[in-house]
Amino acid sequence: MMLPNLSAETWILPAPMATPILTALFRTMTRIRMTEETIAGLLDKNEIRCPTHLCTGQEAIAAGVCAALQRDDYIFGGHRSHGHYLAKGGDLRALMAELYGKATGCSRGRGGSMHLIAQEVGLLGTVPLVAATIPIAMGSALASKVRGDSKVSVAFFGDGATEEGHFHEALNLAGLHSLPVIFVCENNLYSSHMHIRERRVKDNIVQTGNAHGIEAFCVDGNDVGVVYRTAADAVRRARTRCGPTLLECRTYRWRGHVGSSMDLDVGVKRKDELRDWLPKDPIARARAALLEHGVHESALGEIEREVRAEIEDAIQFARDSAYPSPDELLEHVFSLRES
Amino acid sequence: MREGFAQLLASDPRVFVIGQGVWSPWYAGTSLQDLEKEFGTGRVIDSPVSENATTAAAIGAALAGMRPIVFHPRMDFMLLAVDPIVNQAANWSYIFGGRIHVPLVIRAAINRGGEQGAQHSQALQAMFAHVPGLKIVMPATAYDAKGLLIAAVNDGNPVMYIDDRWLYGETGEVPEEMYEVPIGRAAIRRTGTDITIVATSHMSAHAIQAAATLESRGIDAEVIDLRSIKPWDRECVFHSVRNTGRLVIADAAWKTCGVAAEIAASVAGEAFDDLKAPISRVCLPDAPAPTSAPLEQAYYIGADHIVSAVEELLIRNEKVLTAKSRSLIAK
Repeated sequence: MMLPNLSAETWILPAPMATPILTALFRTMTRIRMTEETIAGLLDKNEIRCPTHLCTGQEAIAAGVCAALQRDDYIFGGHRSHGHYLAKGGDLRALMAELYGKATGCSRGRGGSMHLIAQEVGLLGTVPLVAATIPIAMGSALASKVRGDSKVSVAFFGDGATEEGHFHEALNLAGLHSLPVIFVCENNLYSSHMHIRERRVKDNIVQTGNAHGIEAFCVDGNDVGVVYRTAADAVRRARTRCGPTLLECRTYRWRGHVGSSMDLDVGVKRKDELRDWLPKDPIARARAALLEHGVHESALGEIEREVRAEIEDAIQFARDSAYPSPDELLEHVFSLRES
Repeated sequence: MREGFAQLLASDPRVFVIGQGVWSPWYAGTSLQDLEKEFGTGRVIDSPVSENATTAAAIGAALAGMRPIVFHPRMDFMLLAVDPIVNQAANWSYIFGGRIHVPLVIRAAINRGGEQGAQHSQALQAMFAHVPGLKIVMPATAYDAKGLLIAAVNDGNPVMYIDDRWLYGETGEVPEEMYEVPIGRAAIRRTGTDITIVATSHMSAHAIQAAATLESRGIDAEVIDLRSIKPWDRECVFHSVRNTGRLVIADAAWKTCGVAAEIAASVAGEAFDDLKAPISRVCLPDAPAPTSAPLEQAYYIGADHIVSAVEELLIRNEKVLTAKSRSLIAK
């Protein structure tokens, strides 16, 4: 087990989950997994060329947290954010076209995998500068407070981001102003190539929340039900002006930091570590729970078929789309003045 | 400036102010005085020394539809917010294909003088002007201080509004109503035929003073207050240089890779055939600001430096001597 020795009360105990919710979470996770694994193949074929960070193995966090949010709540992400984009409801065609560098992409071919946006569903941006969107999400929460609306903001980031000053400044200000923001740390134990024990004296990210005076929980990030319930509690607190939450979700990155490799070939990870984590596959666990709840295997197979068809359609859309015109190179540096 | 802030807060519920020292006269002088009493501490927010998080918070609020103004009472300290300013605010519109914008004003004050030394004195407009996606304005008059602030908030893009504390004593006519000074438009403060002096921020006042001295020596200088550093008013400067044939640029910041260098290169490229003399720059030496008073005096520049630069330029360039500059040399 890679989990740290934490006091019992920081762990959320599993509880039975309603089948329709779990089915929806299974669908979201499956959509993310199959998209990521398809992209891995397209990277191998050099059909997608932009730097791409896959979240295979971590799907439960995006799925669980976003299921607890409303469509107009705000989320922000980082370099590994395909899952956040899809879980919040982002359009798969626009994602795929963006990876292909096409004009129909969500960022009109200016962003690639690391700069995604779907503001129509509340994803206001993902950027690869580690930790950058943590204080930005705190700022969209500040907007909600100043305006007096009830929206909730979420920042998704990895464990490496907690070693940036951005993280600590943002937690302090969020706590100080009791802002409706949830800081979701996807602790996959690696910052690029470095294991957490090579970077920190203690594997104690969750305690940072308490140190900054905000609610903090550490959960099994591969248990989608636990992630969902903990997030839903955090969302309720945020909406009722009870302040921010730090949510550390323990998980594991199956593939390498960047690209399609499983990392084993470059010697970054030990095979036995991945072997330990593969059985904790969040999708396999959700599937087992659904079958136990009496959901028929064929119903899950149907979900997978639907997702596969959607992915194939998105790839075809991306392939058929035009590249942005070089004539438009300098467009969008500034917004045009509103009248 | 204070009137501009108050009118913006009163007229637009999206506007709020966040930054260090906004409740304190130690940091902002009278420019933000009692705004928190008038509009509440929920919209006029003093912050801990977290330049990064307050700036990034303003970006996040802007993305969520607000019109925040983040205040950095010492521009030097703002360097702790370079990631949100350069990587985020400046990029966001472009990297998302224009689907979202950052209507943000970053007010940065230059302190300088008073034996404050290297980390309370820096004028870093060139560093930020280098970055695509940022606009930079530097008001030099009371009228422009208010009008450029309102224009910056209404612009809809990240605008850095740089004010110099050496200008806080400036007085002038300021209309009571809300008005904008257009970003990207320079002001001709004095017309002249012999030489163009382009100045930024408080060097504009020194340039006007220098022009008066030069007039007494028979040299008729045109003075342009640049007002906007980026975009800068190329047409105004080119037009003036085409008339005068000579250019001195005064920018109280470091010379190397500075604003003056950019203007000089552009003029050399666009109006080379009209130039009768090399272009001269009046800038700070490439050194950090000292503390000791005699060193400070040697470090900073003023009207005398502009006068010397003009005279040297006219004398040095013997091939194009005019009657006026001949008489100047004779002196």
